[in-house]
Amino acid sequence: MKDITLGQYFPGDSVIHKLDPRAKLLCVVLYIVMIFVASSVSGVLLALGVTLFLIIISGIPLKIILRGMKPILFIVIFTTLLNLFLTSGETLLLELGFIHIYLEGVCSSVLIVVRIMLLVAGSGLFMTYTTTPIALSDGLESLLAPLKKIKLPVHEFSMMLTIALRFIPTIMEETEKIMNAQKARGADFSTGSLVSRAKALIPVLIPLFVSAFRRADELAVAMECRCYRGDNGRTRMKVLKYGTSDIIFLIGGVLLVVGMILLNTFLPIYSLR
Amino acid sequence: MSEIKLENICYVYGAGTPYEIHALKDVNMTFENGKITGLIGHTGSGKSTLVELLNGILKPTSGRVLLDGRDIWEEPKKIRDIRFRVGVVMQYPEYQLFEETVRADISFGPKNMGLSSDEIADRVMESAEFVGLDESLLDKSPFELSGGQKRRAAIAGVIAMRPEVLVLDEPAAGLDPLGRESILSKICEYNRRSGVTVIIVSHNMEDMAVFCDKIAVMSNGENVMYGDRDEIFSRRDELLAVDLGVPLITDVAYELSRLGVPVPDNIYTVERAKESILAILDGKDGMAGGGTE
Repeated sequence: MKDITLGQYFPGDSVIHKLDPRAKLLCVVLYIVMIFVASSVSGVLLALGVTLFLIIISGIPLKIILRGMKPILFIVIFTTLLNLFLTSGETLLLELGFIHIYLEGVCSSVLIVVRIMLLVAGSGLFMTYTTTPIALSDGLESLLAPLKKIKLPVHEFSMMLTIALRFIPTIMEETEKIMNAQKARGADFSTGSLVSRAKALIPVLIPLFVSAFRRADELAVAMECRCYRGDNGRTRMKVLKYGTSDIIFLIGGVLLVVGMILLNTFLPIYSLR
Repeated sequence: MSEIKLENICYVYGAGTPYEIHALKDVNMTFENGKITGLIGHTGSGKSTLVELLNGILKPTSGRVLLDGRDIWEEPKKIRDIRFRVGVVMQYPEYQLFEETVRADISFGPKNMGLSSDEIADRVMESAEFVGLDESLLDKSPFELSGGQKRRAAIAGVIAMRPEVLVLDEPAAGLDPLGRESILSKICEYNRRSGVTVIIVSHNMEDMAVFCDKIAVMSNGENVMYGDRDEIFSRRDELLAVDLGVPLITDVAYELSRLGVPVPDNIYTVERAKESILAILDGKDGMAGGGTE
């Protein structure tokens, strides 16, 4: 239960930690575009280099980043096998009954796997590891601010996000407490059929919902007591400001995307179709 | 009915990670059969971890928990049977109520034991009576009850399993003075009538002084004191050393005796203090107005 950690913020003092959250969000977008554009061996190598460089300057141990890839292990294995067996090409490497493995299949599965891993590593690096959830939702609110013009409740959305993130650990803790209390009365969550296990969760879910509603109510009262009235006239303790490094990162990101496209056009060592 | 013994219990949270915490360090303790033992200690002293070890919610990192001389982890698959024999009421148990009626909620434990519906009905009535829950409340939704009534209903839900050992983690926390007194005296009465071994976790010295036979003191994951109530509360300095105190009235008596008033040194309740002070005053009247004050 405790392994599910959504906010894996890794405190630090690096350039990436200090970037403006809006810049980070934009960088992630550029980074993802770059990874998608990289479809040749040369491109993927460049992306790999960029990612390693970012990891090094962020000061986050490689071990932590690799650990964060555990959840995608299944997807990685699945796509590898799929590409390995289903890609046909010209150079046959292995033939075992109905299984044909081509050189092209090996290449494309390696490329795709590396790209998936880079995608997860890079976006995690910018968003989860170096940005606090609060900063992230502030940044999101500020980036989406233009949508307020068309009457979209951007502030409310980001407040909801902030509150949800804030209460995840609390609710996890509560779940564990209630589960223990029901276990003490003989509840059994780990044996029996799927249906009976689902039913066994009712004594946990009902008290959990009740307390979540109670908590929401208390929070609303507490916010009103502090005169929260939504976005109108609200000032911030930490005003977001773009700095030099933000601009450098954004320009660097754009240049990388352009570079990647050029690389694909002029130096396609091995291209995916 | 039963006795629980802890042998060299250690418990470590997050073993092998940088966040390793040694919650319990080599704890040896016996909760005597049929007695009410008060377990006191500061926040973070390991009380709640200890409670979760008693009924096998947690498994000790090392050491054994013996229920009537048998290790509760002898057959890990039957740990659920241990939970029926060692009933634990967690902190703020009212948050675990979930059924549509109080009756159904109290039946949850007995139902998990696989008892017949007649037997369950009997036990519900019996345990509701034990905790002083009026019969008319049994068909209400638990969410309609008052705070104190909810607490009683939750305790009844554990008593209905007829455990041999009843463990209560802060049973009176957050209740008003009258509610505290009433719930604790019900538990005390239950112990006297049924002979069940009771363990109460608390840091309220006043309550412990009134209701417990034995006191165990925890500090920093270790069991630092254990003994009869009178003995423990007479070791005032040691209690202060682990950041606990003695009941307020004991402090008053202590100060009085320092001022030269000959009060006995085993005063833990206001009732007793009143008696002994009145006795001293009566004695003085007889001495025809002499003495200090």
